[in-house]
Amino acid sequence: MPETRTAATDAPQVSGHTPGPGERRTGPFVRGRDRLRYALVMALLVLLALGFTAGILAYDNPMPVGTDGFWRIAELRATSIAVILVVAFCHAFATVSFQTATSNRIITPSIMGFEALYVVVQTGAVFFLGASGVAAVTGTAQFLLQAGLMVVVATILYGWLLSGRFGSIHIMLLVGVILGGGLGSLSTFMQRLLTPSEFDILTARLFGNIGNADAAYLPYAVPIALAAGGALWWRARRLDVLALGRDATTNLGLNHRREVIVVLVLVSVLMAMTTSLVGPMTFLGFLVAMLAYQFADTYDHRLLLPMAFLLGYVVLSGAYFVLRHVFYAQGMVTIIIELVGGLTFLVYIIRKGRL
Amino acid sequence: MPLAVVLTAGLLALSLSVGVYDITDGEDGWAMFGITRVPRTISLVLAGAAMSMCGLVMQLLTQNRFVEPTTTGTTEWAGLGLLLVFILVPGASLLTKMAGAVVMAFIGTMVFFAFLRRVSLKSSLIVPIVGIMIGAVVGAVSTYLALATDMLQQMGIWFAGSFTSVVRGRYEMLWIVLVVTLLVFLLADRLTVAGLGKDVATNVGLDYDRVILLGVAMVAVATGVVTVVIGSLPFLGLIVPNVVSLLRGDNLRSNLPWVCLLGVWVVTVCDIIGRTIIMPFEVPVSLILGVLGAVFFIALLVIRQRRA
Repeated sequence: MPETRTAATDAPQVSGHTPGPGERRTGPFVRGRDRLRYALVMALLVLLALGFTAGILAYDNPMPVGTDGFWRIAELRATSIAVILVVAFCHAFATVSFQTATSNRIITPSIMGFEALYVVVQTGAVFFLGASGVAAVTGTAQFLLQAGLMVVVATILYGWLLSGRFGSIHIMLLVGVILGGGLGSLSTFMQRLLTPSEFDILTARLFGNIGNADAAYLPYAVPIALAAGGALWWRARRLDVLALGRDATTNLGLNHRREVIVVLVLVSVLMAMTTSLVGPMTFLGFLVAMLAYQFADTYDHRLLLPMAFLLGYVVLSGAYFVLRHVFYAQGMVTIIIELVGGLTFLVYIIRKGRL
Repeated sequence: MPLAVVLTAGLLALSLSVGVYDITDGEDGWAMFGITRVPRTISLVLAGAAMSMCGLVMQLLTQNRFVEPTTTGTTEWAGLGLLLVFILVPGASLLTKMAGAVVMAFIGTMVFFAFLRRVSLKSSLIVPIVGIMIGAVVGAVSTYLALATDMLQQMGIWFAGSFTSVVRGRYEMLWIVLVVTLLVFLLADRLTVAGLGKDVATNVGLDYDRVILLGVAMVAVATGVVTVVIGSLPFLGLIVPNVVSLLRGDNLRSNLPWVCLLGVWVVTVCDIIGRTIIMPFEVPVSLILGVLGAVFFIALLVIRQRRA
């Protein structure tokens, strides 16, 4: 199925024609006003993102701006920014695509236990390879191997779970949540059986936060995340079709099952990358995706994905900046986001429960 | 029933005989036996029976098979209460800690019930989802507080359900849950009627709200006490009543003793596994329960879905 592209469908928002107010048109935005709003929100987000980035780099930097010493300190802090970029990118792309592929806006990869699965795979590798495997696990080839294993397991498990066998979203969500909890217990269980030295190596890998994420993984996480995200971007048009549901997708000539599985594979790659960097974050993706739907108000994934990414970056870097440099409490970034995201999730579900 | 009693006795004897310290080693050994083994086995019985009963009571009151202290966030609220006492009253007595845990567990369970009344329940499955999410949010609050006050590690130890720290002088509070268990036996009929729904219950002359309040209070007391002494025992209240009703149907009165016994069996077996698998160290019983519980829960969902 070669993708046919024309200038009109490829980048509607930069085409020359500007419809007047109230004029109806086809395309990602119904009215010109919506497009303007999208552009404004994006501009605001870019400004905020730049502001927070500058803030993280420069705030409370003891050296005067522009000197050698300033840049040296800024360089150290740039690692945090790179980590935030990767995490926001992975969560935003993974959640939006996942919600489209499963055609509902409640479940997210994190809530369905993708991260817990990654932790189990990691722990299981150390557990079953034993003492001799410990050295191997720290190597990069093994890191990739484990990520690959996680992708395979996630595809089989969630492909089965999400293939409509269970019929109802609620039961799927419940199974996912419980599965996540059970997998969490399973990995803690295996960790208890490890020898202390094995355990140390594992803990160092699994529990981090933005402040002390292991920069050594960045050279692998960034290109892999970019590749997976790029693949999703490239297939964004198919995601638009998938969003119409199984029947419409099949009618339009796409193999629904195949498309969903491809998306699941890419999502699990993204989740593996972010988890390896900062550990599990349950509600970030939900928060970001929901905000993106509200602000963008369009079906077009080429417009949704970047906005979700920017939102994620602004939320994370903003929280990080405020907590680290104003309140000196950098360890709390993820917890606060969990809190806000979790509350949003509850409010959303309560409102949905009334529908 | 006689067979069940024999089985229980056997399991308890096995539980008493498991351990690293050689109890046959003269007087010293028997002193150890009295200090750690006996309290441990007693607390296994008490906690197992009480938490299974809690699950049963909550399932009756919410008319939902998937509800129990783990899936309603009650355990997390109890943990939050415990933490608050730690922060506000440093060096508090065990009784104060317990009071904090029980009060917060009560508040939390009432919050959950308030949530349930506001949501029009199109699907019974949304109830546990909401509960688990409330639990996650409350858990995030606890983690935040613990981090801010440097208590994270302490909280982790308190929270992982384990019978390791049960020795003479540290477990006696657990006898409180025996009262709860007995109360459930006494109130069984009223709870059953309340389980038929507010309209039916009111029609047959039951003060529905009072029974709900009483039920929630009992669950809160048991959960609070068990959380303070043992930690969380995930899914226990879910596995046990469901297995009993799968095997025996839904006659509450005749099921009650079985729920108690099965609860004791499950906890004892999990505890024995935890104690022997990496001897001379231990795996917290909560982890084994967490894994088994998750598997059971999903199996239950799949079975029910097949039948539907």
